Amino acid sequence: MKFAQLEGKTVVVAVENIDTDQIIPARYLKSITKEGLGEGLFRDWRTNDPEFPLNKPESKDAQILVAGDNFGCGSSREHAPWALTQYGFRAVVSTSFADIFKGNSLKNGLLPIVVPADVHKELLASSGAVLRVDLANATLHLPSGKSVVFPIDPFSKECLMEGVDELGYMLKQDAAIQAFEAKRVGSVNTLQ
Amino acid sequence: MARTIIEKIWDSHVVAQQAGAPALLFIDLHLAHEVTSPQAFQELRDRGLKVRRPDLTIATMDHSTPTTSRHLPVLDPNGAAQLAQMEKNCADFGIRLYNRMSDHQGIVHVIGPEQGLTQPGMTIVCGDSHTATHGAFGALAFGIGTSQVGHVLATQCLLQQPSKSYEIRVDGQLKPGVAAKDIILAVIAKIGIGGGTESVFEYTGSAIRGLSMEERMTICNMSIEGGARAGLVAPDDTTYQYMAGREFAPKGADWDAALARWKQLPTDEGAMYAHRLVLDASALEPMVTFGTNPGMGIPVSGSIPDPANVSDAVQKSDLIKALKYMDLQPGKPMAGHKIDVVFVGSCTNSRISDLRAAAAVIKGRKVSPHVRMLVVPGSQQVKKQAEAEGLDQIFRDAGADFREAGCSMCLAMNGDELSPGQYSVSTSNRNFEGRQGKGGRTFLASPQTAAASAVMGVVTDVRTLL
Ligand code: SF4
Repeated sequence: MKFAQLEGKTVVVAVENIDTDQIIPARYLKSITKEGLGEGLFRDWRTNDPEFPLNKPESKDAQILVAGDNFGCGSSREHAPWALTQYGFRAVVSTSFADIFKGNSLKNGLLPIVVPADVHKELLASSGAVLRVDLANATLHLPSGKSVVFPIDPFSKECLMEGVDELGYMLKQDAAIQAFEAKRVGSVNTLQ
Repeated sequence: MARTIIEKIWDSHVVAQQAGAPALLFIDLHLAHEVTSPQAFQELRDRGLKVRRPDLTIATMDHSTPTTSRHLPVLDPNGAAQLAQMEKNCADFGIRLYNRMSDHQGIVHVIGPEQGLTQPGMTIVCGDSHTATHGAFGALAFGIGTSQVGHVLATQCLLQQPSKSYEIRVDGQLKPGVAAKDIILAVIAKIGIGGGTESVFEYTGSAIRGLSMEERMTICNMSIEGGARAGLVAPDDTTYQYMAGREFAPKGADWDAALARWKQLPTDEGAMYAHRLVLDASALEPMVTFGTNPGMGIPVSGSIPDPANVSDAVQKSDLIKALKYMDLQPGKPMAGHKIDVVFVGSCTNSRISDLRAAAAVIKGRKVSPHVRMLVVPGSQQVKKQAEAEGLDQIFRDAGADFREAGCSMCLAMNGDELSPGQYSVSTSNRNFEGRQGKGGRTFLASPQTAAASAVMGVVTDVRTLL
């Protein structure tokens, strides 16, 4: 999936440290496919709280999730970005992301956007704002006219924009892997 | 140039580094379980790929696996399908699997060290965030997503950005009743659950050196709870003694050669860390969490924090939200809070020394009549050892349930779960909302504290029972 421009509406979940057990509770992890996870997204919060932002009619079709610091902490489950994208999100904005979640998102066409605290504050206060993401220039445009450059490593950016398949890229380095294996000492052999 | 152990392991595993791209890092050992691997095997099938190095992957069943009798069928059809798929994937791709009936089955992070698969200086990955457990042996071990599981299966490599080295130095001697779990809970309470982002922890200092391998595993296990990618302890004689003679550990001349390599691993004098935290072990008390993330921990003698004392608006609202979910009153003491369930288990605290510690407190006492206590060994080997030592009988005599090996109530995927509103004292690693069952409320603590709380029926300072 290629990712270039995105213009989308936000929905704000102003909670810090949203962990992957909230994003997709463990009982949804029994699937052996990637399908059907959207309905599990924030399942318990959506069920228990009629006021939960995703339950509000105006947040329908929101493509950008704005959340508190350290989004995606906890488990390595890739089901978290799968659930977010299947629900319809294409980007998450926060001041910071947990490492594994960030890596998993980038591999699934979900863009983690880190913004400074003042921009974050502005976004938290304006749920439903329409933001424009210009990935080529790694820039987020706010309705106020403000724009902010967000960090993204060049490789991930290229993969997202060109739809580069990381595994394909790795498989092409087979010769280097073979050379490394030839001189490698001290591995175990689990088949022994 | 002086390097940290983290940098040394990294440098020796870089296969290639193209400009503008992350390093291609070789992976020495890949561990797999039934929950995070099926879609990766499917990816291989879809692309017509083989597993490049089936000799470097090992699989087990732990997450969806029932911990009641092994001889009964799995009742949950989805869980059963996941386990059946694991059998098929491992058979199709030639991977060794410790299935439900195997004597080596267990939680993936318990069996690696137990079998001698986990070795110093290795890169070790698993589709599981608690892979850092293996760092106790001086390995660079970290959790990966399912796409990356596919990458490792197909290429035995990963694309990785380097991490920052973060020293966590713990000196001094632990007081009686204070455990390794209390050290790591205190660390996380201090730095917060995002404190280690983009970093790998190296645990150093005299207190860490004085710990057994199993205690070091408890500490490394929860590195992710401090936000770190991994956590490790440089290998020493404690490490080598633990490893010698284990099934997959090198033997004879290979052992000598390996030992010579391992001794080169510890951080060089003068190497630089990006961050450092220093902690005095002798000042620590038993810890317990009150909230809905592992950073919300306090000494068991402490009181529940008051949001009125928090100035930051978002932090304040998070604390209010956590206390509401936990249904706790600010200012009230933690000790004495009534509980319903005690869980001794998980990759943090389900090894034989954990079971011994809990049994020592339980022995000759009874589990409080209103408490359900579950003791779930981390592996079949741990279970066997516990039975040989009569620990199972101590637990049963006290009224606790002694189970088969697995993750069990750590993440409540296998039917072992809290009911809505119930409180548990749990030796696992996460107290997130609903982690141990929808609506369940978790207090994280050490095995000692958990056992003492089971006996008293309330959150208990184990030092009052010593
Ligand atoms: S015991 Fe808990 S934390 Fe450990 S691997 Fe199993 S589910 Fe994950």
